[in-house]
Amino acid sequence: MDLTTLLIQCLNSVQYGLLLFLVASGLTLIFGIMGVINLAHGSFYMIGAYLAFSLSTLLGSLPLALLVGVVLAVAFGYLLEWVFFSYLYEREHLQQVLMTYGLILVFEELRSLLVGDEVHGVAIPELLAGSIAIGNGMTYPVYRLFVSGVCLALALGMYLLISKTRLGMMVRAGATHREMVQSLGINITLLYRVVFAVGVALAVFAGMIAAPMSSVYPGMGGQVLIVCFVVVVIGGIGSVKGALVAALLIGFVDTFGKVLWQEGAGALVYVLMAGILLWRPAGLFKAG
Amino acid sequence: MTSNTSLSRVAWALAFMLLAVFPLLPEPISGKFHTELLSKVMIMAIFAASLQLLVGCTGLVSLGHAAFFGFGAYAVAMLAPMSEAGNGWLMLLAATAGAALLALVIGALVMRTQGIYFIMVTLAFGQLVYFVFHDTKIAGGSDGAYVYFKPDFAIAGWQWIDLERADRFYWFVLGALVLALGSLALLLRSRFGHALVGIRHNEQRMRAAGYPTLLYKLAAFVVAGLLAGLGGFLYAAQYGFVTPEILSWHYSGNALVMIILGGLGSLGGAVAGAFAFVLLSEGFSALTRHWQLLFGGFIILTVALLPQGLAGLSLRRPRRPLPTPTSPPTSTDTPRERHA
Repeated sequence: MDLTTLLIQCLNSVQYGLLLFLVASGLTLIFGIMGVINLAHGSFYMIGAYLAFSLSTLLGSLPLALLVGVVLAVAFGYLLEWVFFSYLYEREHLQQVLMTYGLILVFEELRSLLVGDEVHGVAIPELLAGSIAIGNGMTYPVYRLFVSGVCLALALGMYLLISKTRLGMMVRAGATHREMVQSLGINITLLYRVVFAVGVALAVFAGMIAAPMSSVYPGMGGQVLIVCFVVVVIGGIGSVKGALVAALLIGFVDTFGKVLWQEGAGALVYVLMAGILLWRPAGLFKAG
Repeated sequence: MTSNTSLSRVAWALAFMLLAVFPLLPEPISGKFHTELLSKVMIMAIFAASLQLLVGCTGLVSLGHAAFFGFGAYAVAMLAPMSEAGNGWLMLLAATAGAALLALVIGALVMRTQGIYFIMVTLAFGQLVYFVFHDTKIAGGSDGAYVYFKPDFAIAGWQWIDLERADRFYWFVLGALVLALGSLALLLRSRFGHALVGIRHNEQRMRAAGYPTLLYKLAAFVVAGLLAGLGGFLYAAQYGFVTPEILSWHYSGNALVMIILGGLGSLGGAVAGAFAFVLLSEGFSALTRHWQLLFGGFIILTVALLPQGLAGLSLRRPRRPLPTPTSPPTSTDTPRERHA
């Protein structure tokens, strides 16, 4: 492997890892703060990809579709928390598993009813369609760099939001001392609803910007869900920083695994997770 | 934990009698299709009951249980000869003992973790087994492998059962189900079973009382793996082919859904859940192509209306909700009920 290929694979790793982070950060926040195991989180990614397809055909432009999609996602997340998830907080984890499993089936079928079961592609907007030369006659698509940039900006924004703002303070406090936050007069119901809506919007957004790079297909949510759970658990449940580190780690291990050792690549991520959990049974970073 | 009342014993006996005479019923009710469907239900019931021992009884939520089921099925596929029926006894031994051994190895590694982390580590090992069979050529890779003939269970040349016939195979599966449920019920009634329930309620207290809880949990994991291997053996024998799909986390998830749906903690719940899961998915898929919408809706309604699962519909006195493994019970929670 020469230096240029190495560079390309590193860029791919970072881009995949950052995309995973967008989905996983919502999952880890929802789990860490509300204590809900949300199996349907992968479905939001799938919904995002299909939204990107439908909206960009409808509106004729991907950036416009992204904008409308995010607004829709926030509204959808807000409503979903209100109608379904707010009943799950007091329930046992296994019942949450059961209900969100039911939601996966419903979302998949609704998608099938509304958009059909075909595999689709989404066109890259013209402005970002090119690729740049990185030496040795190799090129790298601009769109992938754009995705990495956007994800990085979002990660930075989340960091600032969580560590520097009042809302972030409430989120951090809510994760560890739920009752205390409530007794200080903070509207925890609203806080939960907002966090959930943001988590859903992040996953939907990730699905939308990933759509032009991979095809849009039924069942794409299930695959992402499991990898994201791996990310959340390796990083430590509830830790956004942990999710970022773990997502990048998974990105590198998976990408280089596929290049260097085709046969064992699928299992590699799970070997990594098992190894890390046997070494540190509560993940790399403890919640907080 | 089957309830010790005579009412429940009568119910079990009635259910098994009904199941036993089913293939003898007249054609529109019985018939090959329905007999095979019920065989499938009973195989899933064995699988679900084995997981119930871990999840409902011991409080160990495993999301990698399909590894043992699938290993049992793959053991059959790997040992089956191409041109004649394989030795059933040998395959059965390989499937169950192999799955138990695998469970011993995986169990010894995963017992370090707890709660949600336990769920994820079992998932990781389950996926590991999945990828071993999916990405390597030991048994057909992602295409799976065939079992051309049903296993042959002759005793010294005496062909006492012809598994190629649907009704004979059905009774064979029924026998396996009775054996599996019977041994689980006995196990749960023993000191060992009581200790497992104690571990679910409060592991620290059990350890303080001098129980080697790690060994108990590991033993439960191995027994559950062995029985799942039995289910896998029957699955491979019934369908004649195995694919990596039966090793995947979806399959583990299905088994988990069965026991939550049926009701956690009781063998009856596992059986009821397996029946509901398989029959509802068959029934709904006969109704419409978009059957998962109905099935998903049914699951959501069950969670909303029946927090105890389908077993909560029975006439028994209401039970307190089980403490979850991730939120340890409070100190006032004394396991004084009879769990036998």
